[in-house]
Amino acid sequence: MSHRLLLLALGLGMSSLAAAPMVLADGPIVLRDAAQHELRLEHPPHRVITLLPSLTETVCALHECARLIATDRYSNWPESVQALPKTGGLDDAQIELIVSLKPDVVILAHAPRVTDRLRELGVPTFVVETHTYADISRTVSAIGELLAVGDHAIALNRDIENSVAAAAESAKRSLRGRTPLVYYEVDSGPYGAGPESFIGELLARLGARNILTQDLGPFPKLNPEYVVRHNPDVIFVSPQEASNLDHRPGWDQVRAVREKRICSFAPQVRDTIVRAGPRVAEGLEAMADCLERVAP
Amino acid sequence: MNAASPIASNELHLRTDEAALPRYALWLMAWAAVTVLLTAVSLSVGTSSIRTSLKWLMSPDASSNIVLWHIRLPRAIGAWFAGALLGLGGAIAQGLFRNPLAEPYLLGSASGAALGVTLGLLAADASLSGLAWTGELGVTGCAFVGACVAIALTLALSRGVLQTASLLLAGVVVAFLLSAITSLLLLSSPETWRAMQAFLLGSTGFISWRSVTLLMVIFVICAVPTVLLSRGLDALTLGEETAQSLGISLPALRLALLTLLSLATATTVAQVGIIGFVGLVAPHLVRESLRVSQRQMLVAAPLCGGTLLQAADLVSRWVIRPAELPVGVVTACLGGSYLVLLLWRRARNA
Repeated sequence: MSHRLLLLALGLGMSSLAAAPMVLADGPIVLRDAAQHELRLEHPPHRVITLLPSLTETVCALHECARLIATDRYSNWPESVQALPKTGGLDDAQIELIVSLKPDVVILAHAPRVTDRLRELGVPTFVVETHTYADISRTVSAIGELLAVGDHAIALNRDIENSVAAAAESAKRSLRGRTPLVYYEVDSGPYGAGPESFIGELLARLGARNILTQDLGPFPKLNPEYVVRHNPDVIFVSPQEASNLDHRPGWDQVRAVREKRICSFAPQVRDTIVRAGPRVAEGLEAMADCLERVAP
Repeated sequence: MNAASPIASNELHLRTDEAALPRYALWLMAWAAVTVLLTAVSLSVGTSSIRTSLKWLMSPDASSNIVLWHIRLPRAIGAWFAGALLGLGGAIAQGLFRNPLAEPYLLGSASGAALGVTLGLLAADASLSGLAWTGELGVTGCAFVGACVAIALTLALSRGVLQTASLLLAGVVVAFLLSAITSLLLLSSPETWRAMQAFLLGSTGFISWRSVTLLMVIFVICAVPTVLLSRGLDALTLGEETAQSLGISLPALRLALLTLLSLATATTVAQVGIIGFVGLVAPHLVRESLRVSQRQMLVAAPLCGGTLLQAADLVSRWVIRPAELPVGVVTACLGGSYLVLLLWRRARNA
């Protein structure tokens, strides 16, 4: 009972995502998800499917990995989830497989086609939206409420906040006042990470200045000339692209390319940077380590 | 054309008329002037304001020199050559199949080229955005092999080059099949999915002087023999039987032109992705204003295609600058609108 009351307080105080969970004394938990669907469960779910790596990681970081019976094909951390059945991606989820696994709930991000179909088939869904750094704690709280492990969620949020603050503080110390101008290339479209994207927020926490402006949106497709004109000090790019940057027209004159101030990460490290989940501090540290090495 | 073919030739636009030289020359000069004008405008359109660009042109410094002469100029010229190859491909396809709706991608060559590029990049674990000479040639080679395999498959399915209708149907089947394989490959490599999607939607952003050289050389390699073969195409407009009675070897003519078509398509796909409608619309624009022979069409359509793609590229980098639209989306919007207008006018006049 007190546990449930605590959840209620948490829900009201910390979570605007799963707005106002109505927790009845001994009755079902009723939650409203980010898609404004009401989820009513008789018991805390024991058979859970997640359809996004950051959600899988959140469930496991709450020490509830054992409840997972399947994940999406991209979930690869922690190692134990690799052996679980894979139900496709978020947008091309294998509905038949999901239904046949009889989950108590499917936790997923915004994917109306999948959500609607699953709900039509009687599979409970719980939609969360995690786009910004602030969303991470909301998602952790919401999933904590859903799994009835609110105390774990509080502890995890505290851990995440402390580690991120420590990583950012340590990075700022080691950068010694340097505020490099950076460009983060999401892929060679080229799509860049803008200031309002999750990656952009992390860069800002490290004191880096983004060459992209707010008005361009979170992941704009750029005219490559934009990067040449803004002449970033440091470029974050995939390992495949890193060695070819000087072959792009005009890019051999960009400071970051000319002075080889390039940050690229192995896929498993990149996962911690691009996934807005509980390992955010690891991603921040990876970016900070590289900036410390290469920033002018 | 085969009498049994459902691809009717009674809507045939191709005429053996030869435009009067002064009018034709004037037309060419007008389009060439537009090209020169667009190239000049290209120098002032990009991520900076036009005023800043003009200032750069008046008093250039090291950084503006890079933007103007190593990014914008090769991009404008490269887009022209890519469009010219598509225009040439469109003229070849429409002449060869004697159908105004034929286009360079008709026999599955673009899907084959895209599959070749995807396979090449996945095998080399490389990306399209910054290739050295060897990479450029390798990717173009992969695209050419892919386009040739696609056309060979199409020919095998249609049992040769004689049956136009079977050829077109086989081309559609092969295009779907090869596109599906490309999608499967990209699905198995999610990290390259988005970059490849962006590329396949048409991308002129990374055209370098290397790409321009390659496009120019291939354009010459394709255009010269095609113009030399134009007599065969002219004869073909009078009907297959007539062409054969004039001593034209139709299988040889078709094979030669199909090889040139696949080379033109493959090079364009390897350099700028799949750009629709330019190859289809360019010959139509020529016919709108001129009655031309095939030889004249094979000169005019590339000029028109080049100018069209240059204009589309300008629009793509202007509309939401400093971000940009995929140029293939712009050509589809502009080309699609033009074809709708054409159909509407035809319906009104009917």
